[in-house]
Amino acid sequence: MTGRALKIYVPCDASAVSVGADDVAAAIAAEAAARKINLTIIHNGTRGMLWLEPLVEVETPQGRVAYGPVTVSDIGSLFEAGFLEGGDHALAHGLTEEIPYFAKQQRLTFARCGVIDPLDLRDYESYGGLAGLRRALKMRPEEIVETVTDSGLRGRGGAGFPTGIKWKTALAQKSDVKYICCNADEGDSGTFADRVLMEGDPFSLIEGMVIAGRAVGAETGYIYLRSEYPHAIKAMRKAVEIWKDAGLLGADIEGSGTGFEIHIRIGAGAYICGEESSMLESIEGKRGEVKVKPPIPAISGLFGKPTIINNVLSLASVPVILEKGSEFYKDFGMGRSRGTQAFQLAGDIARGGLVEKAFGVTLRELVEDFGGGARSGKLVRAVQTGGPLGAYVPVSDFDVVMDYEALAEAGAMLGHGGVVVFNDSVDMVSQARFAMKFCEIESCGKCTPCRIGAVRGKETIDKIIAGENVKENLAILEDLCDLMEDASLCAMGGLTPMPVRSAVKHFPEDFGG
Amino acid sequence: MAILINNLEHSGARAICGRYDNRPDALLEILRETQEAERYLNNEALVTIAGALNISRADIHGVVSFYPDYQREAPAGHVVKICMAEACQAVGCEALAAEAEAKFGAKIDGVKSSDGQIGLEAVYCLGNCALGPSVMIDGVLYGRVTPDRLHALLRERSAGEV
Repeated sequence: MTGRALKIYVPCDASAVSVGADDVAAAIAAEAAARKINLTIIHNGTRGMLWLEPLVEVETPQGRVAYGPVTVSDIGSLFEAGFLEGGDHALAHGLTEEIPYFAKQQRLTFARCGVIDPLDLRDYESYGGLAGLRRALKMRPEEIVETVTDSGLRGRGGAGFPTGIKWKTALAQKSDVKYICCNADEGDSGTFADRVLMEGDPFSLIEGMVIAGRAVGAETGYIYLRSEYPHAIKAMRKAVEIWKDAGLLGADIEGSGTGFEIHIRIGAGAYICGEESSMLESIEGKRGEVKVKPPIPAISGLFGKPTIINNVLSLASVPVILEKGSEFYKDFGMGRSRGTQAFQLAGDIARGGLVEKAFGVTLRELVEDFGGGARSGKLVRAVQTGGPLGAYVPVSDFDVVMDYEALAEAGAMLGHGGVVVFNDSVDMVSQARFAMKFCEIESCGKCTPCRIGAVRGKETIDKIIAGENVKENLAILEDLCDLMEDASLCAMGGLTPMPVRSAVKHFPEDFGG
Repeated sequence: MAILINNLEHSGARAICGRYDNRPDALLEILRETQEAERYLNNEALVTIAGALNISRADIHGVVSFYPDYQREAPAGHVVKICMAEACQAVGCEALAAEAEAKFGAKIDGVKSSDGQIGLEAVYCLGNCALGPSVMIDGVLYGRVTPDRLHALLRERSAGEV
């Protein structure tokens, strides 16, 4: 047996586990035991290079060396090749941080994700964790709000509302009880960044929530987490316990006079609960029906009290802003989109995964340079950005710059940063139909344009598919889209027309005639 | 689902309500925990919860019927949730679902297999969008699922029960 234990990293991220990471970790442990080699397996989050999962990393004096995608049947040959010393192998990729996909990123929110043991507080601290909170605890609430406002951070959930302005509104409310609610109901297809963060660096989300609490004068936080994410639920629950035990949650945190506690609430499979008013209803134990605004939640939200609702990534970006200052964060990005965005490359894509990059990268760079085109080897025909309510973008528009304003100008939206790639076998009329069908399934039912519009929309598209009075039915569809956009209570009905219209506009050949 | 009998009691649900101090705002958590034991919510459980939280049965029915996670009937022996959202559509989840329906004689969100062992459900996003098609079997997530792999995973499970 050697003296110091070798360090091997095998991710515990749900995606890695879904393709066998736990089996790989067990096989490495068994093989090492058989060879009487002393090693420690650390279950890190994912580096975001999901097509290489399970990605096994070995610590060497030069840095961490990556091997992937590793299967159980590769373990024998990896040991033979001396992978514990970084030896060469068909699955070797050299130093992890020199893999171009990773090296070209700008990791701020995800700086620690995949690097540290997600539930090791000392590891967290040695990589800059808690520095932002400790600075915030010495600042006045107004100063914290000002720092966040100056950083230019905008809501990463999809709406892009300036986070600092929201905080300022809540701070100004006179109320003995206020709440911080983290929206972790990441239901958009093609998005998984919240999940990756909660599994890979859950402490950064908690840190962001405590800072938010200090900033607006809230002492209670809720994390509303979807039930489809069992790994993230487990990680967040554990992380909250660790912070409680360390005295970082509870009354009077580190002698600052600030107290904060966090409750985790699990969703029950309703997509609409990602909409903020619906989420609040759900946290209160009710049907997740959308409410009319105003009042806005920052004035009257959860249990009628002033409430900040922020996405996971908005809150998890706050610690680095407090640690390094608003100027540092603002230096990334372009125009009115400051900082970085976690883009998620999904669907038929060769190198799917998470790319954190300053706003300003083009869709083409994401799909072609990072993503490597379609995994199937077919030609890429369309990309849907911003989730199921986002537009389909044709290849001819791939030079669009990924920021809130530029995408809006191109008739698309950034949403939560999802990029779903479709190859040339996609039938755009059935994608348009699916948008309506999805709205029909997931509508909360409160407002008529959404509840009934979606059903009529689906029926109208069925007629178009059947070749029935195509021109007239396209006009009816257009009219219906206008109505849903103008009269729906929330983005569910209001944005369902976006994928439908973009499909009709950019791919008219699929809509017959 | 008429519930006309007033004296139904479910001791498990009663205990779970107690753990949450009978707080109505914990209803979703209470329903989820109650369902974990029996895999569905029976009349006894719902009546007990309504009484303990002092909310109407109509309200409980409203909540239970709103959220897809809550079941009112015993589910199949193995529940296969197939992600049918866009990212998985782009890599062929529809073909996977159609083959599963044919193979097991079950329908997505419809009838179970004839032996009651396999139920198929559509789910809209499991957050594994870079490694689709994604499937969750009895709460365990699998990525890059082909029809062959799905059959193999289910075979392993039924073999374990013999």
